[in-house]
Amino acid sequence: MSSRWKKVIAPVAVAAVLVALWHLLTYGAANEPAIAKTRFPTPWEVVLGFKHLLTTRPGEKAPQLVSSTVASVFRVMAGFNLAMLLGIPLGLLMGWYAGTYRALNPLVQLLRPISPIAWIPIAILMFKNDEPRSIFLIFVSTIFPITTAAAAAVQNIPQVYIRSAANFGCDGWSLFKKVVLPASLPQILTGLRLALGVGWIVIVAAEMIAVRSGLGRLIQDARDATGRLDLIVATMITIGAIGIGLDALVRRLENVDQIKWGYAKRG
Amino acid sequence: MRGAQKTFSEPGKPAIEVLSGVDLDVAEHEFVCLLGPSGCGKSTLLNMCAGFESIDGGTIAIDGEPVMGPDPRRVFVFQEYAIFPWMSVWDNIAFGLQGRSDAQRHEIARHYIELVGLEGFERAYPRELSGGMKQRVGVARALAVNPDILYMDEPFGALDSLTRLNLRSQLIQIWRREKKTILFVTHDIDEATQLGQRVVVMSARPARIKTIVDLSGLAYPRDIDSAEYIQARDRLFEEMGVSTRV
Ligand SMILES: Nc1ncnc2c1ncn2[C@@H]1O[C@H](COP(=O)(O)OP(=O)(O)OP(=O)(O)O)[C@@H](O)[C@H]1O
Ligand SMILES: [Mg+2]
Repeated sequence: MSSRWKKVIAPVAVAAVLVALWHLLTYGAANEPAIAKTRFPTPWEVVLGFKHLLTTRPGEKAPQLVSSTVASVFRVMAGFNLAMLLGIPLGLLMGWYAGTYRALNPLVQLLRPISPIAWIPIAILMFKNDEPRSIFLIFVSTIFPITTAAAAAVQNIPQVYIRSAANFGCDGWSLFKKVVLPASLPQILTGLRLALGVGWIVIVAAEMIAVRSGLGRLIQDARDATGRLDLIVATMITIGAIGIGLDALVRRLENVDQIKWGYAKRG
Repeated sequence: MRGAQKTFSEPGKPAIEVLSGVDLDVAEHEFVCLLGPSGCGKSTLLNMCAGFESIDGGTIAIDGEPVMGPDPRRVFVFQEYAIFPWMSVWDNIAFGLQGRSDAQRHEIARHYIELVGLEGFERAYPRELSGGMKQRVGVARALAVNPDILYMDEPFGALDSLTRLNLRSQLIQIWRREKKTILFVTHDIDEATQLGQRVVVMSARPARIKTIVDLSGLAYPRDIDSAEYIQARDRLFEEMGVSTRV
């Protein structure tokens, strides 16, 4: 058997078993009208739910699932990019200059453990519109892990690299570009992956509570308006799948030659 | 070096005196080995010579000029390789050549890649190389800037004994051809006997120079089976206070 096959066969088998189990557990009650509203949907009903969410309704430009996904992904990307833009340089500075670290780290560490959800009321009061509101929430939930990772990455650069560079007369901007930045990239990237994951979790919560569109809102609407668990489950599966996709996007960078060295080979 | 001294002190911990007055003169083009027990302060001394560590007492001067900081005229080769894993072999070796023209860089990098036998690996990254190849990159990177002095801190320490033997004889050839002054730290008695014109034997911490053994009578390439070699080696074993029987 080719190794490619080996890689997919186990997860596919596990998924098949779980879906079968899910079916067995749910289909017995499928014809019970009395509990029809509150019972858990069967796998097939969820497939139909997907079909429902992927059908364009009159008066709308795109199917609900597509437009909600686009809205959520856009918000996460916007907030995350802003956080990178500010967090990476800030973290690098903190990692390099002990004084900056001493001055800023207590603040970063104080804000970092605050659940992003706790920021929601502030976001609601500060921003009237959905987009700035959710972008702000993603920003505050991703900037601290990014900054912390970048600072730690610089602090963990082995001394021999810095000494070696100094030995060859490399300093200033050239030292930063040729040694400090590349030496910290793998750890920064790990921080980015983590932060993007957090951002994706937060956007759903934020949309459920404070925003009028997106995947989180779709779940909330399915609960409030239609009470349809099949739509909720279909949306949740979509959220998981997009999460994998976002992670894979960042992971692709791990294979660049200038970064790959930072990841120990496994298996 | 005159009375070179070093004490590490951290708040809340007793100060560690590592070097207590080291006096040593090294001539141009000389190959000197520093031999001493683990933890005695050899690396510290070499780091001070290279300008990586401050000097707490005494002086270290090169051509009459006190060492103030790192300088490309004196290049350090580290035990843990210290070649940059994010750069190809080629970029590593050309790292110190930033001020030169492209043509010059190319010519020099080419020359040293050939010198250490890494043709065909120019585009490879360090993770694709064996330990011995990595250290050859480290040596080539150091030589490429044409330094007067090479400081080598157990550069072959992490390698297997065959590779080590091989690299030592390559190093001797390079040293004789390129006429460098080499200060070579090791705790391996055989290594010191094979390489040094003089071997500086250091005491346990705080390090002093116990004695200096002159091996300039042993011609290169050294025959490790010859009676003179064995005699010299046994002399070092004795100075280090270890038995020649296991
Ligand atoms: N930055 C430092 N701070 C405090 N103590 C240090 C520092 N660097 C070295 N030391 C201490 O100085 C002593 C000498 O260290 P050094 O690395 O010079 O030994 P060495 O002779 O090179 O040993 P080895 O052969 O094992 O490499 C050690 O006891 C070590 O604990
Ligand atoms: Mg050492």
